[in-house]
Amino acid sequence: MTAYLLRRVLGLVPVLIGVTLLIFFLTRVIPGDPATAMLGQRAAPNLVQRLRTDLGLDRPLFVNVAKARETGDWRDVFDSQYFSYMSGLLRLDLGRSIYTLIPISESLRHRFAATFELTLAAMFVAVAVGVPAGVLAATRRGTVPDTAIMLLALSGVSFPVFWLAIIMIYVFSVTLGWLPPSGRLSVGMSVEPVTGMYVLDALLRGRWNVALDAARHLVMPALALGTIPLAIVVRMTRSAMLDVLGQDYVRTARSKGLSERRVVRVHALRNALLPVVTVIGLSFGSLLSGALLTETVFSWPGIGRWVYDAIASRDYPVIQGGVLFVAVVFAVVNLLVDMTYALIDPRIQYA
Amino acid sequence: MSDLPALPTVAPPTVRGRSLAADAFRRFFRHPTGLVGLFIVGFFVIASLLAPVLRPYDATRDRDLRARLAPPSAERWFGADELGRDQFTRVWHGGRISLRVGLLAVAFAAVTGTLLGLVAGYVGGWVDTFIVWLMDIVLAFPGVLLAIVIVATLGPNLTNALIAIAVTQVPLYTRIVRSVVLSVRETEYVQAAKALGTNPLGVVFKHVLPNSLSPLIVQLTLSIGTAILDVAALGFLGLGAQPPQPEWGLMIRDGFTQFLRAPWMSIFPGIAIFLSVVGFNLLGDAIRDVLDPRLRDS
Repeated sequence: MTAYLLRRVLGLVPVLIGVTLLIFFLTRVIPGDPATAMLGQRAAPNLVQRLRTDLGLDRPLFVNVAKARETGDWRDVFDSQYFSYMSGLLRLDLGRSIYTLIPISESLRHRFAATFELTLAAMFVAVAVGVPAGVLAATRRGTVPDTAIMLLALSGVSFPVFWLAIIMIYVFSVTLGWLPPSGRLSVGMSVEPVTGMYVLDALLRGRWNVALDAARHLVMPALALGTIPLAIVVRMTRSAMLDVLGQDYVRTARSKGLSERRVVRVHALRNALLPVVTVIGLSFGSLLSGALLTETVFSWPGIGRWVYDAIASRDYPVIQGGVLFVAVVFAVVNLLVDMTYALIDPRIQYA
Repeated sequence: MSDLPALPTVAPPTVRGRSLAADAFRRFFRHPTGLVGLFIVGFFVIASLLAPVLRPYDATRDRDLRARLAPPSAERWFGADELGRDQFTRVWHGGRISLRVGLLAVAFAAVTGTLLGLVAGYVGGWVDTFIVWLMDIVLAFPGVLLAIVIVATLGPNLTNALIAIAVTQVPLYTRIVRSVVLSVRETEYVQAAKALGTNPLGVVFKHVLPNSLSPLIVQLTLSIGTAILDVAALGFLGLGAQPPQPEWGLMIRDGFTQFLRAPWMSIFPGIAIFLSVVGFNLLGDAIRDVLDPRLRDS
């Protein structure tokens, strides 16, 4: 087991190095450079040049052979944009936003808390609705409820998330006035951060009205973001249940006279949940990328919105930091899912 | 040696078998949701082909300020936008964009991915390691995120959106084809073909590609749906089609700024996206059911 874990973790390293190379390459090719973007098109050329020097943008991208030759010190080969980025990365220093000068790692903390709260809520929607719906569809296979549930599940993966979000705002905020259309808290509300997840923070501080307000802001984004994983969970639960319900031990359980309820809940569902757990873990990735669209529509101040804004303003360090962070989280979650799977299912071989 | 007795020849038993393809078609036409999918996809394809004939449209000249934000009516089924453009016409022509970009992106990804998979599986060694590494890097970015970064790099327009979406889909095909190559390479019939001196290309066309065909077809159909959604997402973020193109995602983006006064601007393009994606998903699911040997005769 330890060898398996070690191999999986080490296997991540080349991929993550590749990810940094790719992001670095892509962000440096983005047309226009940040110095010009910050100073405007008509800035004096010497001013632009000075800013480029200050930002380190005048150095070569990958290797600085010229400087090494000049100083005679081979280590100066690494005085390049990529290597200073990487050395910062290894010290968990992702640099600062070019515009706000706020350290990326600090913004990431706030932003990730917001995205994580949204993702958890979306996951909750997917599981709380998806698993019972999938079980219902499987136990009533071929009936009207089954067909209806499966059609809804199919629709769930076919909606554009941002469209669903807009329609929800129109129905629940504009027409019915039940829920706030954007943001995380109403004006005038605030809560001392503990975890950065407002609902939880407000509960921890005992501010019930703030918790309720934060939860009301969370409902629509979570529903919108949760649709795709919900549909996936329903489909997976149904097919896993059908698989298990056809097994011999389920027939045994039935034939020894157990109630159908007990057969389904104890004998079938427990075994069917294994693939469902995996698919829940793996849909975390689709949540992270879906968050970008959802956050844009609901003005949710998470990572997705942040990266989107950074792309528009060519804030290289923010794009690099945000996208790299998402890729790392995605990779780590996938790894954890695989490991959980190996732990839950003793039949899996690590060799 | 010439006086060896001739071997008795046995006439092959005459079995009235259906070909695999005929069998698959027969099962497909008994698949109700698959037929619905085929109908929807067919509808969108035909409508897109007929659009320039039945309703020629030039997006650069289209404006009618008297009809600004006109609600849906008998005259304008889907209403009009803030420039008075008829939304029905624009949604109709938007289908041309989404289908074309979706199909091209998927075709590009499938061809590139298949070639990479063949090379990786056949050549093996460090070439294989390198290609798998590249694919793992692409797969490390969830969903549409990589496409967003690529378009931001290349500049926001429809062609770059197409390229970006294609890049994110390449690994799907590389994986399928590479695994088929690896599993087929050591089989006796391929070893026999090699021993007989068949050139590698012959092996690829006779054994590898036919064996990859059914997973490839299923993946192609389902990917078109994903590609249509991704095109719309990029359009919505302002990173895909640019005004005044009648692209569905871009139309929803425009509608979002007006949705208090003119909700129809975002509703109808969204329904069009939804229907076309449902069509491809139903079709893909049905093709998978039909081609999956484990589900046969059940």
